[in-house]
Amino acid sequence: MTVKELLEKKIYEEVSVGDGLSTEISKPYCCDLLSIAMGKAPAGSCWVTVMANVNTLAVASLTEVACVIVAEGMQLEESFVSKAVQQGITVLRSSQPVFDTAYAVQKLLEE
Amino acid sequence: MSEALLSLHYHVSPDDFQTAGEASSDVKNKLKKMGFPPEIVRKVAISMYEGEINMVIHAYGGEITVDIGMDEVRAVLKDKGPGIQDIGKAMEAGYSTASEKVRSMGFGAGMGLPNMKKYSDEMKIDTEIGVGTTVTLVVRLA
Ligand SMILES: Nc1ncnc2c1ncn2[C@@H]1O[C@H](COP(=O)(O)OP(=O)(O)OP(=O)(O)O)[C@@H](O)[C@H]1O
Ligand SMILES: [Mg+2]
Repeated sequence: MTVKELLEKKIYEEVSVGDGLSTEISKPYCCDLLSIAMGKAPAGSCWVTVMANVNTLAVASLTEVACVIVAEGMQLEESFVSKAVQQGITVLRSSQPVFDTAYAVQKLLEE
Repeated sequence: MSEALLSLHYHVSPDDFQTAGEASSDVKNKLKKMGFPPEIVRKVAISMYEGEINMVIHAYGGEITVDIGMDEVRAVLKDKGPGIQDIGKAMEAGYSTASEKVRSMGFGAGMGLPNMKKYSDEMKIDTEIGVGTTVTLVVRLA
């Protein structure tokens, strides 16, 4: 499943549509601590987190994850959204907890 | 080290989380454009970002110079912060003195320095209490 295909399922709210739409999502990745994610998030993964600030976007960009899903319906600041757009990162928002969201993505990947 | 193809300089502002990471991001984009292998770009980006964010969180910002050469990328991150009391302890995975405020932003796992060690080929920390810290990171191409 590519990022574009995930977007087209319209399961999650679209926060920003980034550059790498044709990137194949390899797997979901869950972590809320930035330097752990920095060291471990696989390039091409779908990063599910409740940590939604501009530093999350810096980590997403540097690790080249395929997209970010903000779980628990966390409120997003304007600066977060504009930075995501500016950096070309696809961000979605889920009202579900981290595990449920990642599990749902995993199911989609197995389809 | 062979002659640098490109020398870059960045100023890192203290306590500014909106712009933190921009130097690393700029270096990453430049390396990509210059055609460096993705694994090298990733190593530089990750190690440099951790150093940059440490300057923002633990010091009062500082200066970064990056020399991109034929056979290595060398980043020197210099701050005039409080210095590191015990480098051995600071290098331990999980050790952090991060404040509640920065922890609430997702920092403070105590994995920054271990990441820098892991993703660089050479790392040197020069630190003096009350004077500052200089971290040198080298990523080799071969
Ligand atoms: N430039 C610096 N100046 C002063 N102290 C530093 C500096 N860099 C690191 N330290 C000290 O070393 C500790 C460990 O750093 P490290 O980057 O591993 O973890 P952290 O920054 O606390 O958390 P994380 O990087 O996981 O978000 C810090 O908590 C701090 O006490
Ligand atoms: Mg750190």
